[in-house]
Amino acid sequence: MLSFVLRKGLRAGLTVLLLATFTFFVLRTSGDPAVLLVGLEAGPEAVEAFRRRWGLDQPLWKQYAIYLQQLLSGDFGQSFVGNRPALEVVAERLPKTLWLMGVTAVVTLAIGIPLGVVAALRRDSWIDRLAIGVSVAGLSLPNFVVGVLLILLFGVALMLLPTTGSETAWHFILPVATMATGDAAVFARFARSAMLDVLNQPFMRTASAKGLDRRRAVMRHAVPNAAIPLVTVFGLYVGRIIVGAVITENVFAWPGVGSLLVLSVETRDLAVVQTIVILVGVTMVVTNITIDIAYRWLDPRTAEERTLG
Amino acid sequence: MADTASISTPAAFARRFWRSSSPSVRLSLLWILAMVAVAAFADLIAPFDYTAMDLRNRLAPPVWMERGSWVHPLGTDDIGRDVLSRVIYSIRLSLFVALLGTVIGAAIGTSIGFLAARFRGWVDDLVTTAIDFQSALPFFILALATLAFLGNNFVIFVAVMGVYGWERYARIVRGMAFAAQAQGYAVALRTLGASPARIYAAHILPNIASAIIVNMTLNFPETVLLETSLSFLGLGIQPPMTSLGNMVGFGRDYLLTAWWIAVSPAVVIFLTTLAFSLLGDWLRDRLDPTVKGR
Repeated sequence: MLSFVLRKGLRAGLTVLLLATFTFFVLRTSGDPAVLLVGLEAGPEAVEAFRRRWGLDQPLWKQYAIYLQQLLSGDFGQSFVGNRPALEVVAERLPKTLWLMGVTAVVTLAIGIPLGVVAALRRDSWIDRLAIGVSVAGLSLPNFVVGVLLILLFGVALMLLPTTGSETAWHFILPVATMATGDAAVFARFARSAMLDVLNQPFMRTASAKGLDRRRAVMRHAVPNAAIPLVTVFGLYVGRIIVGAVITENVFAWPGVGSLLVLSVETRDLAVVQTIVILVGVTMVVTNITIDIAYRWLDPRTAEERTLG
Repeated sequence: MADTASISTPAAFARRFWRSSSPSVRLSLLWILAMVAVAAFADLIAPFDYTAMDLRNRLAPPVWMERGSWVHPLGTDDIGRDVLSRVIYSIRLSLFVALLGTVIGAAIGTSIGFLAARFRGWVDDLVTTAIDFQSALPFFILALATLAFLGNNFVIFVAVMGVYGWERYARIVRGMAFAAQAQGYAVALRTLGASPARIYAAHILPNIASAIIVNMTLNFPETVLLETSLSFLGLGIQPPMTSLGNMVGFGRDYLLTAWWIAVSPAVVIFLTTLAFSLLGDWLRDRLDPTVKGR
């Protein structure tokens, strides 16, 4: 287990390193990074000072080493906005985004998984067909279309819910609904197929043969086993919810990291973009490694099968 | 007699397709064909040029509403441009960009997959590491970063669309090419002295083409979503060009007064990606025996 964790950790570190390398080289090939990062109106002294501070007068390999060193010590460069550290600018937006994603994830799982379980138990019933149909639609419908339609319905036509900002609990409803509808359907689909696999297993027959009633057999034996493959889906889901948050925050003017990212891309506030990209990378890598370890812990049979993932 | 003799003609294929498909798959196919026709004949179908302004008819509603007229069946936007015409030209551009992106992605991914299978060793290690790296990160974020770093123009944007999804092609092709190399026909060709390029391009490629095509049908709607999402945020297709995504993006400022600007392209996006998903799922079930019964 220890060597497994170590190997995964190395791989995760490699991914983050590759990502940092990617941002380094793309940034360096896109023009003079000093001018880009400091801004055109900064004046030659500021550019020169920046160049020296970031070691841009050094050869490329040395710059790369310095860059990695800076990242490791938590220096992600300066944002144009108020000339503050980029990390600080991102960090103050983070709570809003984490709240949005957290609430959305809870709602998504609370709707999606029970729906999938029920669909599997009543295979080919109307609820099963509905779950499958909605999940296909959910995968096809982009967040921004759902968001715009929800604004139109609940914000404009019915005038029930606020459509911009994040001040009250009411403000959560539309953004969360926007992100949760599609993803709950996706979870329902995965939960359904995982349940169908488990329901056909011999141990389920044993459970009913020894006289366990259906309800208890499902709750005690089927659901926990079906939950194992769902753990891997969660890794994909974290990626989806990050992208979903970027778009949804923009639709609803939610003042989080997603809005900041789009704003920073527009204004080419590259230090901030770089910080967010690395933050997302680290999040994904930590998620994946956690899932790999959890999966192995939950299902020891997969010890060797999944190492290549 | 004609039926058995013409089993492989396109007409017979179409007939078999029609008989074995469900109504939703048929509707999807019809919708996609309609969209392709709209894209191909946009100049003939569109009543107006997509930049033509009708300043006396700004924010005109669609024909079925009060004050609507047949001159602008889906209404007009804030500077009097015909929404129907703009939707038509947007369909053309969005489909064109997605098609380019899908073809480029398939070409890049397939080549990389072949390279890994041909040279093995450190090349293969490099490719698998790159595949793992790419699939560990949401592409949308990388696309945003690339557009921020390199700036946005049409060529860069199409290149980003092309890179999208390469890792899935590479993974599939690498695996299948590894398997194909060990099969009799590849071994025979090698013994006969055929060059590796010839074996891969002329013999292995046709044998694994169906898997690549299935992946293309799955990748295409995702590329449409990526393009429209980026364009919606104002970071994709730039005006004066028009895509379905940036129509929704501009239209959302008028949701209170002129909802039709955003809703028409939104509905087209939804139906088109839905049709592709249904068709892609169906194709995958038919051509890929490993996913039966899901």
